[in-house]
This record gives sequence, structure tokens and C-alpha cells, in this order.
Amino acid sequence: MLLEYFSMIDRVMSLGPETITAVSKVPESSPVFEGHFPGHPLVPGVLLIETMAQASGYLLLSRIDFARMPFLASVKEAKLRSFVAPLAELTIEATLVHDGSGYAVTSARIMAEGKRICDAELTFRIMDFPDPGLEEAMRTRAAQIGLTPS
Amino acid sequence: MASAFERIAEIIAENSEVKRDAITPDSHVINDLGIDSLDFLDIVFAIDKAFGIKVPVESWTQEVNAGTAPPEKYFVMKNLATRVEELVAAKAG
Repeated sequence: MLLEYFSMIDRVMSLGPETITAVSKVPESSPVFEGHFPGHPLVPGVLLIETMAQASGYLLLSRIDFARMPFLASVKEAKLRSFVAPLAELTIEATLVHDGSGYAVTSARIMAEGKRICDAELTFRIMDFPDPGLEEAMRTRAAQIGLTPS
Repeated sequence: MASAFERIAEIIAENSEVKRDAITPDSHVINDLGIDSLDFLDIVFAIDKAFGIKVPVESWTQEVNAGTAPPEKYFVMKNLATRVEELVAAKAG
């Protein structure tokens, strides 16, 4: 997990047609912690939401074999239940709620040491890749984190 | 059971700032009701769930953009309700 590069997923542990489970370890240090917060480092809630969105995004990319790109469109019922400090080991789960026409909805959550960290319902627009470079980058990153069809 | 029009009007009122009594059968969802694309996404999701269908918004939009169908066919309330009823009937077989 590299917060400052929005690289939120370390490894995909399991992938099914409608679910994905991934893990990430919060780094010990990050420029993000210099501001959030001085002397009391915590992963910002928006980055936890981003982490759930990325896990969901990889699930959706897998379902459509990287033909198009999911872009986060809305976040509902987001609950940030616990603080996340450096070195925390996170398990991220996302489940498909609905596969619509040009959009998809997922339910996602993050756990750590058996405790619920956060959860939300996320909506994505599924759009053509705006640039071939983005598609290539997504495929490369997916391979790095072990995203392979089950 | 409420008509498709009534249910869709309720869904729009629940998922946007449009008041229920402002929605008529001749209302154009975008031009008259001012529904933006994000609210429309929520509305389509709610319609999909409520009717157990998958509203083919992408193909509708492609038809409109290509000029092969007028926007009114899909985005005026009474016609939208008819399209939804057709999708429900098609699913029921």
C-alpha cells in the first residue's frame, strides 16, 4: 500500500464472479501521515473509501476482462467505524450488488484483526478507457497484485 | 399494484430533488425535470431493482445519439413507463 500513489491494494487473495477479497498493509511511514495527523498518523477515511473502490474496481474489471473502465460515481452509506494506524493489515472485500447497463453497484468493507473498519455501497460508471495507456496501466497493476480469474 | 408510471415517478422523487407532483406523463426526464446524469444513475438502479429488470440505458443512449430513435421514445415519462412495462413483459416471457 502506497498511500501517496493511490496504490491501495497489495494482493488479491480470492476472486469469484461476484466477489473479491484482497489484502493490504498500511506502510509505517508516508507523506500522507505528515498532515493526517501530525504526531498521530491515521489513514484518511477518504483513502479507506478509495481502497474499497479499488477492490470493487478490480472485481468489475475482471468481470468484463478489462474491456472498459469503472469510474467511482457515488458512495452511499459509508461508515468509518475504526481508526487505521500505520502497519495495520487490512482485508478488503467487495461484492457485486447489481450489474446495470453502463454502471455497477458494489458493497464493500474493510476488516482488520477481525474487526470491521469501514463499509459502503459504491456505484461505478463503466466507460470506455479514455486512453490506451490507462488500460495498459490497469492490466499491469492487476497482474502485479495477482488478479487472475478463479 | 401501482402502474409503472406511478412507481417510476415515486422513484424519481425519492432519488432527486424533483417533487412528485411536478412529474407528469409528458415530463421529459432530463429537459423538464432537470435530472442530472448521476441522479439518473440512481434512478435507473432503483428502477432495475423495483421491476427486476436491466434498463438498457446504454443502447437507448446510443440510439438517440445515432439519430435512430428520438429522445422522447425513452426519456418522456409515459414512454419510459411503457418501455419498462415492455422489459418486464419480455422478462416474464
